[in-house]
Amino acid sequence: MSEAVAEGTAPRPHRRLPIPPVVPMIVALIALWYVAAVPMNIKEALTQVERDGAVVSPESAVERRDMSNWALVARNPQHIAGSWATARPRLPAPHVVVEELYDSTIGEEVNGRRGLVRSGSLSNRSLVYHGLVTLNATFVGFLIGAVLGVALAIGIVHSRVMDMSVMPWAIVSQTIPIVALAPMIIVVLYSIGVQGLIPKAVISAYLSFFPVVVGMVKGLRAPDGMQLDLMRTYNADARTVLQKLRLPSSVPYLFASLKIAIAASLVGAIVGELPVQRGGLGARMLAGSYYGQTAQIWAALLTAAALAAVLVGLLGWLERKTLARMGMQT
Amino acid sequence: MSLVVFALILWAAGWAINVRIANGPGGTTRAGALAVPIIFGATLLGMWELMVRGFDVPRVILPPPSMIATTFSENLGMLWGDFVQTILKGALTGYLMGCAAAFLVALLVDRYDYLRRGLLPLGNFMAALPIVGTAPILVMWFGFGWQSKAAVVVLMVFFPMLVNTVAGLSDTTNMQRDLMRTYASSWGQTLLKLRLPAALPFIFNGLKVCTTLALVGAIVAEFFGSPTLGLGFRISTSIGQLDLGMVWAAILVAAIFGTLFYGIIAGLEKRLTYWHASQRG
Repeated sequence: MSEAVAEGTAPRPHRRLPIPPVVPMIVALIALWYVAAVPMNIKEALTQVERDGAVVSPESAVERRDMSNWALVARNPQHIAGSWATARPRLPAPHVVVEELYDSTIGEEVNGRRGLVRSGSLSNRSLVYHGLVTLNATFVGFLIGAVLGVALAIGIVHSRVMDMSVMPWAIVSQTIPIVALAPMIIVVLYSIGVQGLIPKAVISAYLSFFPVVVGMVKGLRAPDGMQLDLMRTYNADARTVLQKLRLPSSVPYLFASLKIAIAASLVGAIVGELPVQRGGLGARMLAGSYYGQTAQIWAALLTAAALAAVLVGLLGWLERKTLARMGMQT
Repeated sequence: MSLVVFALILWAAGWAINVRIANGPGGTTRAGALAVPIIFGATLLGMWELMVRGFDVPRVILPPPSMIATTFSENLGMLWGDFVQTILKGALTGYLMGCAAAFLVALLVDRYDYLRRGLLPLGNFMAALPIVGTAPILVMWFGFGWQSKAAVVVLMVFFPMLVNTVAGLSDTTNMQRDLMRTYASSWGQTLLKLRLPAALPFIFNGLKVCTTLALVGAIVAEFFGSPTLGLGFRISTSIGQLDLGMVWAAILVAAIFGTLFYGIIAGLEKRLTYWHASQRG
């Protein structure tokens, strides 16, 4: 009897691998993208095939202009495929974006005149180059912001005056759209002769600073009265309490806020690249929007998304490793 | 130079007063907690004014606060137009639509476990992405008017709100859910009487995070194209004219409204979730 139960609960050896539910969701999303691309691009597509000599249902372009997109799709079902391959789509189909992504990374570096293979340096038309420009600013800004944030948090925890005067402003400043300052910081720093990486890093640092301050103050205050009392019975001075109790117990909080900070830092770098067209993913997006190159915008956007995912993932991995090593649970 | 010395004296005096208040008997009272940051802020403003005048910093680099205040009060009408365009039309519409949509999707996700396991990882992923980057695309689709700004805001607030609401809706213990089951309450009743109230702190957390995101989205989207008014438009054109007083005035509008908006949501939270541990402390 007990054997039968044990047999029943044991996993069957030939069960198929379960598909994680994320996969059908992503497939559905891509399908939706293709469907949405049809009405978005149909006008452009019809104009294009008409120029090539095909017959289009309302023959005059003026008539087509006044019709709704769905009506055009319904009357020209044979040209639906054309809307996934127009030259200047309003919504490029996923495969067009992937193609552009390939062309402007591997394709450009291997085959391009200015690519890595022919010229020995990264092409200024490739997303690898622009991504690295953005990544540099993100990293520098993130490091400055995180170090300053931790330092200020330590000050706030130890000084009552600083806590009372700075902390309310730190919280208020989080409710202000700081990114709006970005173009001004760029222009002002430019006018006093600072340009290139530093202005963008300043914005990134500014954006990543406050999440770290707020998170770290919470973390440094995480030890409860009992633990602090124990330190007092050891006659530990403030420095020892910080090193042996407060800093270790703030590590989970630190990583939680670092993950927010690096995402904010990337946004800061991208927005910082908008006013000065000197490379970077933000500059690439703006150029794409000026010249109507939608595939280029999407490719830059996907690169930025991948960068964000990798950066946050990297911090998450570091968090798990560190916490496991410190004997804390995630 | 005397102005710079005066600025340093002002700083020392402000700090000394704050030290006295903070470490004295008034440090634990409400008045003390209010006075210290105000004195600190006022000292900073005074230092800014004196330093800019003392060092003769060019107006195109850093205008003194007095100049910002004059620009602000002289252009109230124009700034009001910008405020209506960017914040009332763009940010608020998008905020309401985005948060409402996220709430409804969260209810669906919560109802069907398959959706939760499929959509939640996607939502978590999207919440960390630089969604501001979609601004040029949306401006291209919806035109230069406020509609495109609202669309950017909808996208920006949707995922943080979704993730928070879903987390809140699952924040009940088995014991509580079992109790509801012994009362034979339906899904709707459980939702209304137990799970929504329990989710409120999370929902408000999402709403608060989204207030700032909504403003950022509406302003940054205007950098990619806007009619001839709006806070983002004002900022980018005034920079072109090196009229930094106007830039700061526009930022001041955004800052005042951002703080007010956050304050309203936080006040609402206090009234609706007075029972929660974080509010009683």
